[in-house]
Formats: sequence, C-alpha cells, structure tokens
Amino acid sequence: MRVAPVLNGHVTTIDVEPQELLLDVLRERLDLTGAKRSCDVQVCGTCTVLVDGLPVSSCTYLAVETDGRDVLTIEGLRELPEFEAITDAFGRHAAVQCGFCTPAMALTIHALLASGELTDEEAVRHGLAGNLCRCTGYRAIVDAVGDLAGVPGA
Amino acid sequence: MTIETPRRPAVATPQVGRSMRRVDADDKLRGDARYVGDMSVPRMLHGKVLRSPMAHARIVSIDTAAALAMPGVVAVLTGADLMDIDPYWGHAIKDRPIVAIDRVRFAGEPVAAVAAVDEAAAEAAIREIVVEYEELPVVGTLDEALAPDAPLVQDGPLRPGLFHGLGTLPARDGNICYRYGIDRGPVDEVFASAAIVVEGDYTFPGVYQYAMETHSVIAQWDADGITMWATCQHPFLVRAEIAALFDVPLGKVRVIVPYLGGGFGSKSYTKMEPITVALARKAGRPVKIVNTVAESMVTSRRHGAQIHMRTAADSSGTLLARDVTISFDTGAYADNGPRVTATGGDAAPGPYRWAAVRVDALCVYTNTAPSGSYRAFGASHVQWVGEMQVDEIARRTGLDALEIRRRNLLRPGEQVRPGGKPLDADLIGDIEKVAEALGWHDDKPPDTGRGLSVGLLAAGAHPVSSAVVRLEADGDVIVLVGSTEMGQGQRTAFAQIAAEVLGVEAERVRCIGTDTRFTPYDRSTGASRSTTLAGLAVQRAAQQVRADLLDIAALVWPGREADIELADGSAWCGEDGRTYPELIARRFGLSGGQLIGEGGVYPEGTGSYAEGPVFWEVCIGAAEVTVDRDTGAVTVTRTATVADVGKAINPQLVERQDEGATMQGIGNAMFEEMVFSDGLLLNDDLLEYRIPSTVDLPGRSACVIVENGDGPGPFGAKGCGEGAFAGIIGALATAVADAGVPMHQLPLTPERVWTRIQELQESTR
Repeated sequence: MRVAPVLNGHVTTIDVEPQELLLDVLRERLDLTGAKRSCDVQVCGTCTVLVDGLPVSSCTYLAVETDGRDVLTIEGLRELPEFEAITDAFGRHAAVQCGFCTPAMALTIHALLASGELTDEEAVRHGLAGNLCRCTGYRAIVDAVGDLAGVPGA
Repeated sequence: MTIETPRRPAVATPQVGRSMRRVDADDKLRGDARYVGDMSVPRMLHGKVLRSPMAHARIVSIDTAAALAMPGVVAVLTGADLMDIDPYWGHAIKDRPIVAIDRVRFAGEPVAAVAAVDEAAAEAAIREIVVEYEELPVVGTLDEALAPDAPLVQDGPLRPGLFHGLGTLPARDGNICYRYGIDRGPVDEVFASAAIVVEGDYTFPGVYQYAMETHSVIAQWDADGITMWATCQHPFLVRAEIAALFDVPLGKVRVIVPYLGGGFGSKSYTKMEPITVALARKAGRPVKIVNTVAESMVTSRRHGAQIHMRTAADSSGTLLARDVTISFDTGAYADNGPRVTATGGDAAPGPYRWAAVRVDALCVYTNTAPSGSYRAFGASHVQWVGEMQVDEIARRTGLDALEIRRRNLLRPGEQVRPGGKPLDADLIGDIEKVAEALGWHDDKPPDTGRGLSVGLLAAGAHPVSSAVVRLEADGDVIVLVGSTEMGQGQRTAFAQIAAEVLGVEAERVRCIGTDTRFTPYDRSTGASRSTTLAGLAVQRAAQQVRADLLDIAALVWPGREADIELADGSAWCGEDGRTYPELIARRFGLSGGQLIGEGGVYPEGTGSYAEGPVFWEVCIGAAEVTVDRDTGAVTVTRTATVADVGKAINPQLVERQDEGATMQGIGNAMFEEMVFSDGLLLNDDLLEYRIPSTVDLPGRSACVIVENGDGPGPFGAKGCGEGAFAGIIGALATAVADAGVPMHQLPLTPERVWTRIQELQESTR
C-alpha cells in the first residue's frame, strides 16, 4: 500500500505492507535509526515518535496509519530551533547516560512542552512516565525538563 | 593548520574535578550515536534463534527440512553442525554448548538458529523446525537442586574456562558447581556464650538487568578472520573465547564495540557471540542477531539467592560473630556464578570487627535461565540481610542504628577478610554523612521508618588495563582504550584524565570505542574498575606523551629544562611559549607526525583473587519510607547515598551514577522479580516485569561525594556506581523494619508487606 506521510517536514511516499510497523519502516527502510527497538509492547517508550504532534510507540503503530499525517522523528526534531534548548538542558544536567532512550525522551519532551501541560513537578513526572530510562534514575531528566518548562525541580 | 602565538594563561585550567559536559551528549541527543542494532554490513543476513520451551529435556530429533525450504532462508544451524570443534564455552566453567546438543537444560536455551534475508523470514522459518523432546525431571529451585538425590543439571566433570580466575576449580558436588568459604576464629564457641544471637532465613529474587538495548551481535567470517560488532562489556575476553571455540588465532578475531545501550553486567563476558559466529560460519555470510527482551531475560539475569545468617553480640551491642550460608541460583550454566559467589561470600560478614566469622557460599545449578553479573552482585544479595541483623541487635541493646555501627565498623587499615587488601575507606565518616543527608535525626511521622546500611564490595576485578594516547599534529588528543562506554561516562572521564596530564582542554580529547584490532588490551568493563584501572593506564600513557613534549621543549630552551611547564596546549619557559603543534612540527618537520604514549596497569602480585581486591567499594545508602498498614504499600520518601570515590574526576557524573544505582536499587528491593514455575519464566516481558519509571522517584534524594584521595586510581580516584545499589537495598529493608515490619524476602511488594503485618499482629495478640 502506498502511504504519504509528512515525514520530518517532507511529503514522503512509501510502499508498505498492511502489517508493517512504523518502527520497522523507519529503521529498516528509511535508515532513520534514532527510534530504537526494545520492549515491543508499548511500555518502554524508546521507539517514540510524534504523529501529528503526539507521542506514539512506533513499535505498535502501523505504518499505513501515517498516511497524510505529520511524523516527526529525532532526525527531524534536531533540525528545529526548539531542539537547542533541550540539548542545553540535558547537557547541563548530564541527563544522558547510555543514550538509548534519549532521542525518544527528547521527542516526548518536545510534545509535552508544546502541550503546556508541564505546570508543576508532578506533571513532569507524570508526563515522562511512558519513557523508561534504566541508567539515570530520572532525577537529572526531571530536573532538565523542569528547567525547560520553567517549573522548579524536586 | 593555523599556529597562533600563545599567550601565557595566569593559571592552568584544571581538567580533573570539573563537571564538564559529557563528550557523547550531542551524539546521543541527536540520535547520531550508533548501536549494534542500528548497523548493517554488506551481504548481511538476519538470524533468529529457536529456543527450548522445556526446562529440562532430551532432544530426540530435530527436523530442519521444512525451515530450509522456506523463502529467504539461507542456513539453519543445529548442534550437528558443531562436530568439528569443541563447542563448549563459558569463561568460568566450560559447561555450555553453542546450541543445545542432545539435551536442553533451561527454557529458552538455543536449540537451533536460522539465517535468512530478513528478520521476518528467519522468524517464520524457526516456527517450521520440528523438535521432538523427551521430558526430564526439572530442578526448578535451589531447594530442589540441593535435595539429596536431586537430578543433575550437569552430569559431566567441570572444565575450567579461560577466565575462571578463582584458583583451582573444585570438583562438582551434585548440583554445586563452586563453593567459597571463610572460616576464621572459634565461631561455635562464640555463639554458644553470646548474650544475643539473631538468626533467620532470607530470600533474594532473580531479577533482570534490563539494559534497554538487548544483546545484539553482527558476526562476519571471511578471509580476514572473524569480525564481530557486539554489545559486549568485555571485548577482549569475548575475543579470546571466540578464538578458542573456533580455533582461530587471537589476531584473526576482531571485536568492535560501538556505544552500548546500557550494560549493568548483563553484557559482561560472552553471551550471544558464539551462536552468531557459528551461524555466520554455516551461512557463509555475515549474520545479525538482535534479541527480544524475552530472549535477553533468559540470556543473563541476576542470581536468586537463599541466605541463612546468624549474628552474635554481647549485651552492650559489641558484635562478636557471624555465620552465613548462601546459595546462589546460577541457572543451567555457570556463567559468572563462581565470581558472584565469591564476591557474595566476601560481602557477607559486612565491614565489622568480628571475633569469629564463617561463610559458606554455594553456586548451584538449576534448570532455569543462566545467571551472571548485575551491578553490585554479591553485596546486593547479602548486605541487606546482615544489616537487618545489626539493626535487630541495636533494638535489643537500645542503641541507635548509627551508634551501633560507629562502635563496630572497621577502621582504615584493618583487615576486611583473611588476606587481601585492608580497608581503604573511612566508613564511620561516610555513614555520618549519609545520615545527615537523609535527615536521620528529623522528627519521624507515624508509620515512617528510616534505615541505613553499610557494606563493602570487592571491586576492580583483575587489574590489567592498557591505553594509548596520541597527540595529533593539530594539538588534539586521541585516547585508545579497550574499555566500553555503556552510559557510565568513561569516555568523558578518560578525556579529563588525559587532558589534565597533557595540559590541554578536555574538549580537545577524543576517546573512541573499542576495536580489538587497534585498541590495546583491557580486561573488562565492570566491577567499578574503568576510572580506576583503565583511567590509570590513560594517565600513564599521557605521561609518556608529556615526557616527549618536555624533551622537545628542552631543545627549544636548552639548559632551562627545570623551568619548562606545560599548560593550556603549550610549553612555557617563563613568558615564552610554543604550542604543541609547533613542538610536533619541530620534531617531525612540516606539519605531520604525532606523539604516542602507552600506559599499562598490571597485577603487583600474582593477580589472584585472594590478593585483591583493587579497592573496597563502599556500599552505603540511607532511606526513609512510609508504610500503609492497611494495604502494605511502601512509599520511598527520601534516599541518600555516599559516593566514596577518593577523587571525583567529574563530580556530576559521580552523582549520576549514584542516582541510577539508587533507582535500580529501589526496583530490586521494592518490586522487581523474575517469577519461575518449574523452571519456566512466567513474566517474560515488560508488561509483567515492571522496572522503575519517573513516578517511582523518591520525594527527595541526595548524593554526598566523599573525596579522601585514598583510591589506587589516577589522582587518588576509585570507582563508584555499584556501591549505592547494595546500600539502597539494605537501607530500604532496614527502613521498613524500622517502621515495624522486618521482612525476610525481597522484593517488598504490598502483598508480602501486608501479609507480614498480619503475621506480626497475630503473634502479638
């Protein structure tokens, strides 16, 4: 089936099988490897991309569903002007360790910041609960997002 | 290349001790960091592994014909393909076939593997392989394995692996594959006359490390030899095991390690490399295997353990003796079980002054998934038990938990265990700091408990590391070291160490990943050793380059050698300066050339385990919890840890290590558990095996960095990142006990805590 998402700002035409997962199409066909595969069951969040501005787990999202929609991966986010603030905050707080969850985390944060939901520390923790990180223990990530959203950290 | 005339800085900028931005932060944030799963090589096939559904069975037959006939399938590997080599591996005990031969010993054991043009084709083909099994009696638990007349998981003689490293391998005793003991002083006599004896049985569950990147390998076998891109913490040990397995010279086996998506011990030693290489050999093409989470859970996990411990004290709270038996469930193959057992044995007494100690630690085979390394192994298993007993003695003698430890803790220079390194840390100072950071003396609300725990972990593993430092003609520095960046930040730390020695900004130093063909030998990445040992090698290598720079500078200012200094990328003699590019050009002419230094760390004695450890890693944590007595739910309200690191090369990264260890400790202590039934893992995905998320963050947490300059590493540094894990588990267990619920089984799930509350109420009624 032919689908035409707006992928990272460009209309992109792709032939996909009906059962193909967005994550596989991104990684295997388009060499967009910033989205990572880990749990396969929509828990870990490391495959997160934004579809029409909202975070989805691309490991359980059919590629055909992207037809006509905006799809943003880390390869697109890093070209946007808002990205620099995220890298500054993450760098300042050393909120990156192994890096496997980091691009997905950045995408979720980008969506959360745009939503205006991050009004307090509790909202930051709640908003990030779908992105697991085994290395950092989250403290630095929550602090970095608190900085970005203008809410004080714990 | 531009060569500017240098201007002398007032003070050289210190590189060690500053929280520089991680050198890999941008690669990782931008999604540019490549992991093995992101890579492909020309002609590469995709491999899938058929795993046993049975915990223990004889393989009657395997029929691969239908699988081979499937579209896109290039090769199918079974045990029959391995008859030309000795197909058994295992760094400690060579007890494990590359794929099952005649028999499967755990559910999840590789039985066959398929290489196909894509993953879907390989996946479809493994379903077409027909295996006939004949069930054998399952040894599912430690009790079953240690019962008289228990069926044997392994029935042949044990052969030592290349890196056993624990002296002579004893003969197998039933299902016991290794045993470690300490026996010092008249234990039975002391217990017989002691005023207080605390005794109990305790259980630690099997847990999953969950490195988010699962085990992944690309293997290629061609005229150049064997090349692997692999998620491995110990590339040089993998190289040696693969060379031995396939009878290929070391120099023809190449292991390339890009960034790792977490390790925590799950990627230490050899894991998926042998089967991937064997499949590539059969297929005649490169093969990539990427585990699923369910597969990685049965590739490596933390040992479950059963502990019987008793502790004796006098009526004033002076600790007298401890007697411990620990059984570690190593699963069907030993993996790193022997070392986990020895390290657990060393951690069992705790850092106290004893008149007598006896430890009997057993490494036991069962028909479950193999257990290996996981952060702070050994100490995490037993420290909480010992600390619960110390607290119980404190309660009976009316002492505060802090006070009983002050009275009984070892002091620097005292013997920790018979032989080996004496204590090299100020534990009393450390527990006072952690108590203060937690708010130990704050008013305590109802149903609130506070606990602290202190222990020691034999750290450093085998002290062999080497490094090469190259100063390039433009003044940039390249560090080659075979230690693996898996998130801990060692590339940043090595850059700072080299920069400090060379008098350059650390931002000008690049530390690249391991390629065993080019990077010099390093034993392993684990046991909190990289900063201490590989860092020392980097420091020594940089010192050679520094000496070289001074030699060249002496030609610039003859007779004034004593006045020459190196700072901010230049050599100085008074106000007169020459940049490093100028000095390099002076030696080599034109603009080419580079200065090369090498540095190494070797054992001072024989390097035996008994002479170790390299240092004692301090395992300290403190916690405050509230217990809901109606539901059994425990909330972690505060935590604190001490990173006793000698010297913090990068203080921020030290804090991050403790924060990560704290959260993993919370997971292990509070809710993580692999549930086995008759050897079958029941919760093999992240829906049913929960790891901590942001909602599990304690309300308040603190990390205190202690810098006493007492480490054996560069600038007095010693490793960190594991100690807090064991410390926090112990602190949580003792805190829940302090709230009135002494628990003997981890994790501290609401159901278990609630049940215990009911039991305690019954017994006091």
